Amino acid sequence: METVTNHSASGIAMAERPDGLEGAGFFATSLEKVVGLARKNSIWPLPFATSCCGIEFMATMGAHYDLARFGSERLSFSPRQADLLMVMGTIAKKMGPVLRQVYEQMAEPRWVISVGACACSGGIFDTYSVLQGIDRIIPVDVYVPGCPPRPEQIIDGIMKIQHLVETESLRRRDSNEYKAMLNKYGIE
Amino acid sequence: MSSSERTLEILKERFEDEILQVETLYDFLTISLKPEKIVTIIQHLYDHPETKFQYLTTLSGIHYPDQNQIAVMYQLHNLMSNERIRLKVFLPVENPRVQTLTTVFAGANWLERETYDFFGVIFEGHPDLRRVLNVDEMIIFPLRKEYPLEDQTREDKKDSMFGR
Repeated sequence: METVTNHSASGIAMAERPDGLEGAGFFATSLEKVVGLARKNSIWPLPFATSCCGIEFMATMGAHYDLARFGSERLSFSPRQADLLMVMGTIAKKMGPVLRQVYEQMAEPRWVISVGACACSGGIFDTYSVLQGIDRIIPVDVYVPGCPPRPEQIIDGIMKIQHLVETESLRRRDSNEYKAMLNKYGIE
Repeated sequence: MSSSERTLEILKERFEDEILQVETLYDFLTISLKPEKIVTIIQHLYDHPETKFQYLTTLSGIHYPDQNQIAVMYQLHNLMSNERIRLKVFLPVENPRVQTLTTVFAGANWLERETYDFFGVIFEGHPDLRRVLNVDEMIIFPLRKEYPLEDQTREDKKDSMFGR
């Protein structure tokens, strides 16, 4: 992959250019790659932060780690405008239906990242009142382990999501496999 | 005469037959009572000019699996003299019923809901006895000791990993 050269004085590359045909005055590539490139660098995350992993996320958004460098500086507090649901923290069983409703309100295409041991598996809260992993109620794309994970790990998870977003086929969300997967969770 | 002795004396004047046991645990006067008249007793301690236990600190349940009993524990506070008292009533596990305290303290409402939620104690006359903290679909009373603390649906924790 080549780098799209930015002709400003700084010479900083904004994004990687996808493979394609290039000639005098034109560049041709597939629509899927262009859409993937655009989506990847403009993910709007919805932070669903319930405990200490949420604090780590705040550090991730802060100046030192700065998630804005990955095109995600705009948090969406409305699920209808969000692309990525970030679940960070312990989800009690009573919170389960709320989380599920938030997921259902998001428009396709949507992705989910589960940050921290509690969201992934219940963590240390192996007890009657805590949901033993959010993947029991909604599908999850990327798991970030840790108790809590450091901001570097959260950024690594976001980059994994970016990779999924970039390489996803435009037809995936219409496929029978995808619908069957959602049906497994009782969605739609 | 110490203030806790005086409290006990006031209680004995009218409710001598209701008292099962009196003990002082960590300087905290604890009186076990028969459950039938508990609300009348608390009302009396509320109204009496020398006790004035007009603040309900807490109300909770305790499961005693060996005795096959569930206790309901009330802690009262006299804000004038800064005295505290603990009252306990014992109920059978099969049918734990006691009169509601919401007629004396409105603040007992959620405390009794919590006690119902976790121990299954039925407070007769309670205006809205529903679960308050756990999910509505829950069919057990999780703080009774016959129920395991751990979530039984968890698959990644094998007993062998914990030497069980």
